Amino acid sequence: MEQSPVFFIQGAGYSYKGASVSAIESVNLSVTSGEWVALLGTNGSGKSTLAKMMNALLPPMRGVCFAMGMDTSAPELAASIRQNVALVFQNPDDQIVASIVEEDVAFGPENLGLPSEAIRARVERALQLTGLSEMRRRGSYSLSGGQKQRLALAGALAMEPKALILDESTSMLDPEGRASFLNCLRELNTRGITIIQITHRMEEVVHASRVVIMEAGKVAWDGSPDSFWEEKCAEFGFDTPQELELLRSLRAGGFVPAGTKPVVNDLLEALCL
Amino acid sequence: MSIEAVDIKYVYNAGTSAAVTALDGISIEAGRGEWVSIVGHTGSGKSTLAQHLNLLLTPFSGFVSIDGVRAAPGSREARAARRKVGLVFQYPESQFFAETVREEIAFAPSNWGVAGDALDACVTEAASWAGLSPAALDANPFSLSGGERRRVAIASVLSARPDYLVLDEPTAGLDASGVRGLTATLRELCSNGMAVIHVTHDMETALSMSDRITVLERGVLAVSGIPERVAEYLSQRPVKGLVMPPSVRFAQGLREKGVSLPLVSRVDGIIEVLEEARSRRKR
Amino acid sequence: MKLSNGFSIGQFVPGESFVHSLDPRCKITALFILLAIPFAAEKPLDFIPAVFCLYVISAASHIRFTKLLRSGRPVLFLIAFTAALNLFWTPGHEVARLGPLRITSEGVTLAFCMSLRIYCLVMMAAALMVTTSPMDFAGGAERLMSPMAVVKFPVSEIAMMMTIALRFIPTLFEESERIMKAQISRGADFESGGLVKRARAYIPILAPLFIQVFTRADCLATAMESRCYVPGAQRTKLNPLIWTSRDTAAMACVVASVVCSLVWNRYIYRLAALLCQGSLF
Repeated sequence: MEQSPVFFIQGAGYSYKGASVSAIESVNLSVTSGEWVALLGTNGSGKSTLAKMMNALLPPMRGVCFAMGMDTSAPELAASIRQNVALVFQNPDDQIVASIVEEDVAFGPENLGLPSEAIRARVERALQLTGLSEMRRRGSYSLSGGQKQRLALAGALAMEPKALILDESTSMLDPEGRASFLNCLRELNTRGITIIQITHRMEEVVHASRVVIMEAGKVAWDGSPDSFWEEKCAEFGFDTPQELELLRSLRAGGFVPAGTKPVVNDLLEALCL
Repeated sequence: MSIEAVDIKYVYNAGTSAAVTALDGISIEAGRGEWVSIVGHTGSGKSTLAQHLNLLLTPFSGFVSIDGVRAAPGSREARAARRKVGLVFQYPESQFFAETVREEIAFAPSNWGVAGDALDACVTEAASWAGLSPAALDANPFSLSGGERRRVAIASVLSARPDYLVLDEPTAGLDASGVRGLTATLRELCSNGMAVIHVTHDMETALSMSDRITVLERGVLAVSGIPERVAEYLSQRPVKGLVMPPSVRFAQGLREKGVSLPLVSRVDGIIEVLEEARSRRKR
Repeated sequence: MKLSNGFSIGQFVPGESFVHSLDPRCKITALFILLAIPFAAEKPLDFIPAVFCLYVISAASHIRFTKLLRSGRPVLFLIAFTAALNLFWTPGHEVARLGPLRITSEGVTLAFCMSLRIYCLVMMAAALMVTTSPMDFAGGAERLMSPMAVVKFPVSEIAMMMTIALRFIPTLFEESERIMKAQISRGADFESGGLVKRARAYIPILAPLFIQVFTRADCLATAMESRCYVPGAQRTKLNPLIWTSRDTAAMACVVASVVCSLVWNRYIYRLAALLCQGSLF
């Protein structure tokens, strides 16, 4: 039996009030469980609008958008869609609601009306997954940027979602904060959570199992990371990460065998002089 | 002619239990036409140092001298000296208040008393430096795209015609083409005699663009010098929160395998060295 | 690392004391009941129970009494003003003259009592704020106001607003500081010129701040919606307020001390008179 898709989007379109062009023209996209999709595109290509549509924050004006088999344009399904599909935004300061770490994580489950013990269990789990257990009683304001963004992630995880959408969630972090955030995501993905990651940073695409490029409100390209690096990275004007540049040159010179990953340690290990 | 910060010490919340030493004995210098990078993790004090260069903060000890003039922050002379130093804050779009791009760019020079045709000249010049089209001048800054807004923000600092330009993470949040465009603009300003002081946590850009690099770690100087030396030092003694670019890490790994090469090399340079090593081994 | 880190509202000091551990509902109610003590006091000696109460509160909450005393400092001006008003404008038996102003013995008593009354009020309120985290306070206030929901008063929304406001105070504080610095570095001048010029100089700070507040509010609303927040819907709590036997005991003590102080007020002057007579003979 074929697995039902986590997201099923067909001909979906959306235009903001008063805007002359559609934010999303017509998007076709189907994502299955456990995938890690890197969603790329220039500023204004409609990525964020798509993210909000997938979270039932914006209903599609044309076409259809289903999340976990639920129609995102049905208001009565919005609550269960948002429980299953959590969204993390760019700026953690815009999504942290409470002054105390654990109370912010609890915000989502509290909205669901769960009993206190159930909320407590979810909060503990989310804090543990994001490595914030030690800081549960800290003021959310006193955290570093990377910790704040992990707190925002913990708040999303406390909903125990099946899918996570990350809208440029790493763009305000420094390399260390980004690395710890990506480690969390990798762990979550291995536990079967589907990840849709909107990003500008090519080195983050390395973790993805699939690449989708948006352009002017449409899906312009959809394929595997390998073929993205081979064919599309330069064509769409994205920066080539240095690791990939290294891999290409090493492959061309016959220094590493085919199938080596663009990761420094792998390259060094595979190197044959 | 140069800007110089000497032995700066700065403490936040001094005298309270929450006192934090943000900078402890930091010195930095940048001459006109130089590109100097201040690199560090979040909380290393790099933004605090940038604000000292613009005389926005009074150091506990040490001083800042601009073209040989030492002005106490808060004084009238400091206001005059500040004109020579442009400071682009992180996410500078958040300081916009005007209804048109033109007004926004004209803010700085008109504060310094420039008016009339001279003001127009300042605005047009700054806009073209920052790569804004003349048509964009009459737009509402909030109607522009992220990359264009950043350009407006930089133009609104360049319009005062500073000799020293301090930028705090100027490429944060921009897409690839935005980053490329901005870096090219800064390169050009630099070769036209402006000093660029680039505050960043991105080691890759710092190593490839700078004449000199200063690395801060929790408010203390970790290392300072030309990119090659700094890379050598950091490869032996890493700084928490800073990640060396892949080419450097790769070159480092090659050294451990017995291939000697400079740490700061372009990819084609690395390949050349490898080819040489291979042919030597075959022989 | 930021200047605003030292910034706190209500000066809440975390602690493990008896008062800290009380339910916020208990503390808020207790405050209102205890206020009866200074307000029922009409003569100087009537304030002895109030001072005694404050001393007990300070011991039970591990706040030094001197610190509690200092909390009245910001309202000293108000106290002085009220005292002066009462001192000079109370009719009665004249004891002194200051130019055209008459000072009466009734005025002296009233000024003294009024000042002490305000001071006690401030100290009691301070004891509440120092021992109750803003979040607990919001939660407690929400529950105490909950009967008003019957008359369609948006209690939970108001409590949520309080929570968010408290959370955003440091953020906005930091933001305004940043914008101010950015405009100063672009040559903005807040120090020279007349009043109008100076007021105008603040536009480049206020305009971006407002824009940011609204963008943030918009982003936050979206984020809250995506986390299943529905205004007015029934919410549960991670840390529900639990009324323990401690709270009942504390409440009983509070009521008892109010009764005692009322008794004290009624008999202290008679007792004092008796003692005076006794010593005379």
